[in-house]
Amino acid sequence: MKWEIVIGLETHAQLSTASKMFSGASTAFGAAPNSQASAVDIALPGVLPVANKGAVERAIRFGLAVGGEKVINRRSVFARKNYFYPDLPKGYQISQYELPIVKGGEIRILTKSGEKAIRLTRAHLEEDAGKSLHEAFRDSSGIDLNRAGVPLLEIVSEPDMRSAEEAVTYAKALHALVRWIGICDGNMQEGSFRCDANVSVRRPGAPLGTRCEIKNLNSFRFLEHAIEFEAKRQIEILEDGGKIVQETRLYDADRDETRSMRTKEEAHDYRYFPDPDLLPLEVSDAWIAQVRASMPELPQARHGKFIALGLLRDQANQHIASREAATFALATFTGAPAKEIPDLSNWITGPLSARLNEANLDFAHSRIAPEQLRTLVARINDGTLSGKMAKEVFDAMWAGEGTADEIIEKRGLKQLSDVSAIEKIVDEVLAKNAKQVEDYRAGKEKAFNSLVGQVMKATQGKANPAQVNEILKRKLAG
Amino acid sequence: MLNASLKELAAALAQKKISSAELTKLFLDRASRLNSALNAFITVESEKSLAQARAADERIAKGDAMPLTGIPVAHKDIFVTKGWRTTCGSKMLSNFVSPYDAHVIERFNAAGAVILGKTNMDEFAMGSSSETSFYGPVKNPWNQERVPGGSSGGSTAAIAARMAPAATGTDTGGSIRQPAALSGVSGLKPTYGLVSRYGMIAFASSLDQGGPIAKSAEDLALLLNVMAGFDRRDSTSVERAAEDYRRELDRPLAGLRVGVPKEHFGEGLAADVGKAIEAALAQLDKLGAKRVSISLPNSGLSVPAYYVIAPAEASSNLSRFDGVRYGHRAKNYRDLADMYFRTRAEGFGAEVRRRILIGTYVLSHGYYDAYYLKAQKIRRLIADDFAAAFKQCDVIVGPTAPTVAFKIGAKAADPVQMYLNDIYTIPANLAGLPAMSIPCGFGKDDLPVGLHIVGNYFSEAKMLNLAHQYQKATDWHQREPAGIRP
Repeated sequence: MKWEIVIGLETHAQLSTASKMFSGASTAFGAAPNSQASAVDIALPGVLPVANKGAVERAIRFGLAVGGEKVINRRSVFARKNYFYPDLPKGYQISQYELPIVKGGEIRILTKSGEKAIRLTRAHLEEDAGKSLHEAFRDSSGIDLNRAGVPLLEIVSEPDMRSAEEAVTYAKALHALVRWIGICDGNMQEGSFRCDANVSVRRPGAPLGTRCEIKNLNSFRFLEHAIEFEAKRQIEILEDGGKIVQETRLYDADRDETRSMRTKEEAHDYRYFPDPDLLPLEVSDAWIAQVRASMPELPQARHGKFIALGLLRDQANQHIASREAATFALATFTGAPAKEIPDLSNWITGPLSARLNEANLDFAHSRIAPEQLRTLVARINDGTLSGKMAKEVFDAMWAGEGTADEIIEKRGLKQLSDVSAIEKIVDEVLAKNAKQVEDYRAGKEKAFNSLVGQVMKATQGKANPAQVNEILKRKLAG
Repeated sequence: MLNASLKELAAALAQKKISSAELTKLFLDRASRLNSALNAFITVESEKSLAQARAADERIAKGDAMPLTGIPVAHKDIFVTKGWRTTCGSKMLSNFVSPYDAHVIERFNAAGAVILGKTNMDEFAMGSSSETSFYGPVKNPWNQERVPGGSSGGSTAAIAARMAPAATGTDTGGSIRQPAALSGVSGLKPTYGLVSRYGMIAFASSLDQGGPIAKSAEDLALLLNVMAGFDRRDSTSVERAAEDYRRELDRPLAGLRVGVPKEHFGEGLAADVGKAIEAALAQLDKLGAKRVSISLPNSGLSVPAYYVIAPAEASSNLSRFDGVRYGHRAKNYRDLADMYFRTRAEGFGAEVRRRILIGTYVLSHGYYDAYYLKAQKIRRLIADDFAAAFKQCDVIVGPTAPTVAFKIGAKAADPVQMYLNDIYTIPANLAGLPAMSIPCGFGKDDLPVGLHIVGNYFSEAKMLNLAHQYQKATDWHQREPAGIRP
């Protein structure tokens, strides 16, 4: 009998505010250790937290994107999660526990078997801890509190995913969404977006199995490998007649394995209680409306627009991979004749995407502007450019040589489509190549290609190949 | 000068009868002479104080003086003070020099007041006798074998002994009012949120409130004018228009409805204290106030509820004292956990450790609902009791503490007896209401008794009116202890 893998993800997205969740210190990455730790972040005696409005606003944006007004709690409560650790200056982390700011919502993903909605349990605001530096010192550890107090949105999914691949698809969709709505820069190397995975296995239809939580997966590849390893580990234990112990495990990327951090018995009692230094967080309908008005169009709405423009589902999906991509595609399609839109779409998802990837650029930094691309496709459609010429013009545009028309002019790339002019050249070629004409008429198809080549050569490659074919056939038949 | 009111001191400074430097020196000298006997101050730094006084004198000379400019004020050692050691009465912070000023200190500095020193207190404000200080117990100026009350006992003793003309304190369950009563001085705990808690080392955040301590209600009003004010760094600070707390001082009391809670006159109230309170009530009758009998039916639950909520918050608030970044750290330890254990075992005294343990216990998984949530429900009931009472009366009056000052060490071994000292004061903290204590006579062994006044939210001016009118008709607040042996 087969095993079913059940996965839920907890994702920490660092909110893109200039200052911290409860202090005015900067959140910029990479500063000298402790240079961005204020009195509040160091937890000096007497200091108090003040919630960052910008962080709350970003959480509201997220709620609106995943479920609308109904998933935003009008009243949420900051709570203290108490534990001792040197990089946790107050001895507690301020988080949200019983009443999070976002409750519910969903992320829609495309799987092999079609579209699937991954339900969200909740999303809550919290502050990050600092960083312990164990390597740089002998007999002691360093503490860097620059990260302490950085605002995070912890996004918790229901256990709705059934494979590592689905989990990665969900994580990527979430990653694209938080960047799309401008609440997180998504930089995984800097830890701005990181996942914990809850993994269990069961026989299909059976109740949920015992889960293990895998901590701190900061790349999609690690996420995939960790889940695969963990599911395999659990299946092997169960098939050997063993039992899964509920525990927290750490993924070791170097060895590509997970290993135990602590079991349920060793788990902390965090002694959550409402933080008396902070009033309950009240979110008014007016505030929500204000945030909604400042929101960009969401991926699903953009997707619908692309479908309405006549694009296939897969193609439309590629255009909503990021907000920059969708903005570029929409700008390109706007003002283009309907029949050219599929071609434009192919240029975007094909050659342009390839170039951007090579150069490690996003669509906002494309070296070819939407209107340049439109002209290129228009020149193909009006017969000015052959496919081969178009590729040359595209490369020249990427190299910054100007618009399609400028490049066509400068390089003399205009395709020869004048029938009488082509006929004249064909006649000359036929006259000079009596042998090939004879061979063709004797049934040697290859001779035809040679004649085409001669015509193209005579026109320096500018003749419209389709027209050359047609005229040659007509003349040879006649 | 030692007995002068703040108004009189301000006038003397304005008229150049005395300079701030001279006035400061006068109190510094007296403080240094009496401190070995009373132990009211933890830190005195004469040079710093005198420098501030000279700056105040320049300000006065320029005609730039405000009501408190040049007047020395002693601060409870719970308000962090830039450049000053701030210990909170604990070994844990015996080496802590604050890099920033509490909001309250900022406001006094802006007003041109002089920091006279940092006063002794129960460790982390946990106590009702000022005995739990790492720096030794404070002695009651009326009788040095007695406690001055606590936790702001250093400030109340300093006022009683005329070592300072004005002081600050904090009140979580009675820590301004109970020592004011036992030391024979006046003290006010404002409405929760009126005085910013920024820079006031937290004991129990939802209950802590800073307030003034002085000889009279009139002085308190002047001090509160400086201390109160919105501060965006404290999310529980209330944003409202500034008021002059002196504005109602002279209003006659005729028609004022004074509620007397029957629960505060039953078992547990010492006869001598009861007698003094009865006399005070009679005096209020004479002044035209109307006595109304009221009931606060849940007030008996306030002590148990308080001793769940306050330790719960404290256990978390005190977690930052871990030896990692500042404060005491154990010299020898095996590993990280051992460093925490030893640092906190060495740095905290017995009462603080007891409360951290209680707080940790009541927040633990499986106990939270039974203790913490239940206590929060009681807190709601107690606030409801007051809301109902204030439909019948304008202010509530009764005893501040059940007995006069007890002997040093008398209750040290019995925490519950100690906790019951705050039975009348705790309900106001749980409800967030303003409350004050003023001297109203003497009980057994000629020790002072305090009259407790509780008002509705933000009715400080009305309470000060009652207190001032009472003090105009009596002289208890002008009595001073004799024969302090230096």
